[in-house]
Amino acid sequence: MNEIPLSYSLGLSAILFGIGVAGVIVRRNAIVLFMCVELMLNAVNLAFVALSPYAGVEGQVFVFFVIAVAAAEAAVGLAIMIAVFRHRESVDMKNFSLLRW
Amino acid sequence: MLLLQEAAHGAAALAEGNGFTPVLPWLIVGLPLLGFVLNGLLSVTAARRALPTLPPVGDPYYDHAHDDHGHAAAAPAHALAPAHAHAAVGAGEPSEQESLDHGVDAHPVDRAAARDEAHDAHGHDVHDAHAHDVHDAHDDHAAGGPKPFTHTLPSLIAPGVLIGSFVLAVLNFLAMKNAGEGARLAIAEGWSWMPVGNLHVDAALQLDPLSILMTLIITGVGSLIHVFSIGYMKEDPGYPRYMAYLNLFVFFMLMLVLGSSYPVMFVGWEGVGLCSYLLIGFWFREKANADAGKKAFIVNRIGDFGFLVAMMLLFWNVGALDFATVNQTLLAGGSGVEFAGPVITAIALFFFLGAAGKSAQIPLYIWLPDAMAGPTPVSALIHAATMVTAGVYLVVRSSVIYTMAPSASLVVALVGALTAIFAASIGLKQWDIKKVLAYSTVSQLGFMFAAVGMGAYVAGVFHLMTHAFFKACLFLGSGAVIHAMHHALHSTHNPADAQDMRNMGGLRKYLPVTFLTMGVSTLAIAGVPPFAGFFSKDEIIGAAWLGAEGSSHLSGATLFGIHGSTWMGVIGVILSIAAFMTAFYMGRMMLYTFFGDNRTGDQERKHLHEGDWTLTLPLIVLGILAVVGGFLNVETHVPIVQLFNFGQGEALHHWLHPVLAGSDDVIAQNVGRLEEPVHALWPIALAIVIGLGGLALAAAMLGRRRLQTAEVQPAYQGGVEKTLYNKWYVDELYDRVVVKPVGGLSRLFARFDMGVLDWIVDLFGRLAQMFGIAFGRLQTGQVNTYAFVLIVGVLIVLGSFVAL
Amino acid sequence: MNLTVTQVLFFFFASCAAGSALAMVTRRNPVACAMWLIGTFFSVAAIYTLLGAYFIGIIQILVYAGAIMVLFLFVIMLLNLGNDYEDDIRGTGWKIAAGGAGLIIIALLGRVFAGDLPRPLGNAAGPGMLAAAQAERGVVGLIGIPLYNEYVVPLQATAILLLVAVVGAVVLAKRKV
Repeated sequence: MNEIPLSYSLGLSAILFGIGVAGVIVRRNAIVLFMCVELMLNAVNLAFVALSPYAGVEGQVFVFFVIAVAAAEAAVGLAIMIAVFRHRESVDMKNFSLLRW
Repeated sequence: MLLLQEAAHGAAALAEGNGFTPVLPWLIVGLPLLGFVLNGLLSVTAARRALPTLPPVGDPYYDHAHDDHGHAAAAPAHALAPAHAHAAVGAGEPSEQESLDHGVDAHPVDRAAARDEAHDAHGHDVHDAHAHDVHDAHDDHAAGGPKPFTHTLPSLIAPGVLIGSFVLAVLNFLAMKNAGEGARLAIAEGWSWMPVGNLHVDAALQLDPLSILMTLIITGVGSLIHVFSIGYMKEDPGYPRYMAYLNLFVFFMLMLVLGSSYPVMFVGWEGVGLCSYLLIGFWFREKANADAGKKAFIVNRIGDFGFLVAMMLLFWNVGALDFATVNQTLLAGGSGVEFAGPVITAIALFFFLGAAGKSAQIPLYIWLPDAMAGPTPVSALIHAATMVTAGVYLVVRSSVIYTMAPSASLVVALVGALTAIFAASIGLKQWDIKKVLAYSTVSQLGFMFAAVGMGAYVAGVFHLMTHAFFKACLFLGSGAVIHAMHHALHSTHNPADAQDMRNMGGLRKYLPVTFLTMGVSTLAIAGVPPFAGFFSKDEIIGAAWLGAEGSSHLSGATLFGIHGSTWMGVIGVILSIAAFMTAFYMGRMMLYTFFGDNRTGDQERKHLHEGDWTLTLPLIVLGILAVVGGFLNVETHVPIVQLFNFGQGEALHHWLHPVLAGSDDVIAQNVGRLEEPVHALWPIALAIVIGLGGLALAAAMLGRRRLQTAEVQPAYQGGVEKTLYNKWYVDELYDRVVVKPVGGLSRLFARFDMGVLDWIVDLFGRLAQMFGIAFGRLQTGQVNTYAFVLIVGVLIVLGSFVAL
Repeated sequence: MNLTVTQVLFFFFASCAAGSALAMVTRRNPVACAMWLIGTFFSVAAIYTLLGAYFIGIIQILVYAGAIMVLFLFVIMLLNLGNDYEDDIRGTGWKIAAGGAGLIIIALLGRVFAGDLPRPLGNAAGPGMLAAAQAERGVVGLIGIPLYNEYVVPLQATAILLLVAVVGAVVLAKRKV
């Protein structure tokens, strides 16, 4: 277990986060956008877990909470998307730009 | 030697101020202010009740009613007037409707004027069917019932406060007289007005011989004029407002003369300018009247600028602004202000600029003839007796300054003399009776300034006093004449000008009291002994001759390289010619008005009659003063007339001595002993010849001349006549040289302001708008874009941390 | 190169995770995206296990892959997005921007992580300390004991949060009756 250098795990976390960022920018489908956000959350979780041997067990406890909150957020967010879909017949973000100039 | 000692003693006493106890001094000033407040309240509240809605502009009764200028534009009034069925005129009560239509201020309940009513009822019956027009204004329609608030109360309050002030002034005068020569100064402290750094200006009143004399004149003549106004203005709807303004004016004028420092004086100075504007433009619904008021105020303001600059220079160099401290400091010489130096000359000249504006000297006299647009009692009070004398008072009060600046003094004298002759020349050819008197006022003020400029301060004040008497009498008399002419012309709906002398003539049969009093005043102004004007004018011209011989402190001074004595000789000649012209045009005025055949018209003649006691009593009182007023300061070397003096000759000279002690000190310090004046008799003889000769020439040249009414009389043809009639085209010159360029410059600035500056301001607005639109485009509504911007922000923050 | 089995496994799962993530971001079919995300989650769970966080690893599979992604798939199916789906990736410019942003993020984060990270527990701490704690408390107890002792308040708050989320989801998603 102590053979995986910390920087590797953190580097992977960085890579996953960057991919998530790119996805958020470039995807128009609301649900896929949400999934990219979940990806970013995962990257952060990975960073927490990788650091927990050096920073204490609180890292993993926090990951626990992040997962719980992500679950709640996913539930509510998807419910919202369902509600929106009922109005617009679409989840494509380009149709939801009423708050423009 | 004795003179020097006396001067020093007087100056010391004045400086110490250990004088008499003044009697309620603040009440002298406060009573007119109270009158203003009360009358003002009445005019705002009661008048509103009396006249709920204003008639439209151009309404014949309301607007033209008192257009003293004449009714040249009277014709349109006919069309505007609603047709009224006049109830049978008499003492009957009119209907409510009628009284409202007529303006409820038609007549007070004072049925003592029933005589007038009965008279006009006659003429009125004939015109029952006529619509209201211009001339109904003065007709006695059926009276509108008692009007306590708009008539009775102001008639009591306004003259009442004036008489109260006069009584207090007399009490103070007596107290001063009894206090003895060295103790005639009292300063009634009020409060500390401007304690700023080194400057300590207090709101305080100074009672000394000069100010109490001015106060007596103001309140005395003012009371008479208030009484006159009761009769003259009672038909005017704005009667309470008029009385309020008159009281306010007297309040400010009293502040002017009673102030103990230049700033307090300046408060009064500006205040009388304001009241002049309010009263000249009293009938403001006629544009010409409002313009005249504006002109007076604006020209006055130019003078005020001079006054302010002088005050600032004075403070800058002397360090104080109250009279006592200024005089002390200048005499002691500690402030570094040299005798005849540039500083004191500048101060004196700027003060004179202020005086020229207020007292209508060249070049700022132009407002005074136009000021005749106001009611005649206003002209009498403000433009004859009081406001215009403020300039003379200023110079006398600042006698120390002027004595220390001989070249400035000579300038004052020269301008005064030139004004005297200039205005007299214009007065020779005027047809309007009030204009003649207006130019006469300007000319007489010129005499006063010539006097004080030459250092003869007592002569100037003396002439101020006698001029107040006879000029007020003349103005009130002309007011009575105009009043009678109005009545006469309106009774037949004649649109002729009531003020034009060509429409008068032979009035001595119809207005005997007016004729008598005006005649006496004319003799006074012409300088015929033993009337008042002779003594004062003779003293002035005599001072000029004495100065020419070298007896004045100015004789040695130089102005533009010419000796003072030469100047004063020239001034003497100029003033003599002006006096001759004065006698001539005054005689001309009397001839055209009171002698010869009456040109008013056959029908109108029946309605020419004297006014009631409120009009005649002041005339009589002033007439008496015009006769005896001169004896206050008879020169001791004049034989015979010493009988009438107050025990000692030159009473006024002695009375004012403490005030002028400072000036005498300056002369003693810097000029040295003066030659004893050699009093010859030839100036007196010359003055008598001038006075009588002017009148005689007028009678000879014009006595047999047949004039025709204003419409028919041919206009002046010749170049000289036309020029004099058109006031030497000075107004036109000012218009071309000053008004139009300033207007053009203003338009230029306006274009710059609207074009450039507004463009710049709009530019900011436009920029904000463009930025708004541009940055607004950032808000696309797309969540992805927002996320991208957010991430860019994170990158920047993260990047800065990493880089650092 | 001397690699232990753990490190090899780590690299394997790391590349799986990264590859799945890339695939997820670039698929057009939403269902495909979901599946690739599940792949990523599994890989990450494996890495958790390799790092010694057994409990978290299991929870990751159970909750993330097992519940959350299933919910996602339910919704996708419910909205019938799996069939005629349109191309919902933004234009080329945005693709470049996204790629650039992503790369810059990775670079910056990499620089941060490569430097000295703070060690709150001192230099002695490390995986050994974690293993010791685990041996003492057990796998579940390692997280459970702190959770119910020091962090009981956030725990209860999270419970309420979940309750609210459930109620909210039901309310939001139901048809108006």
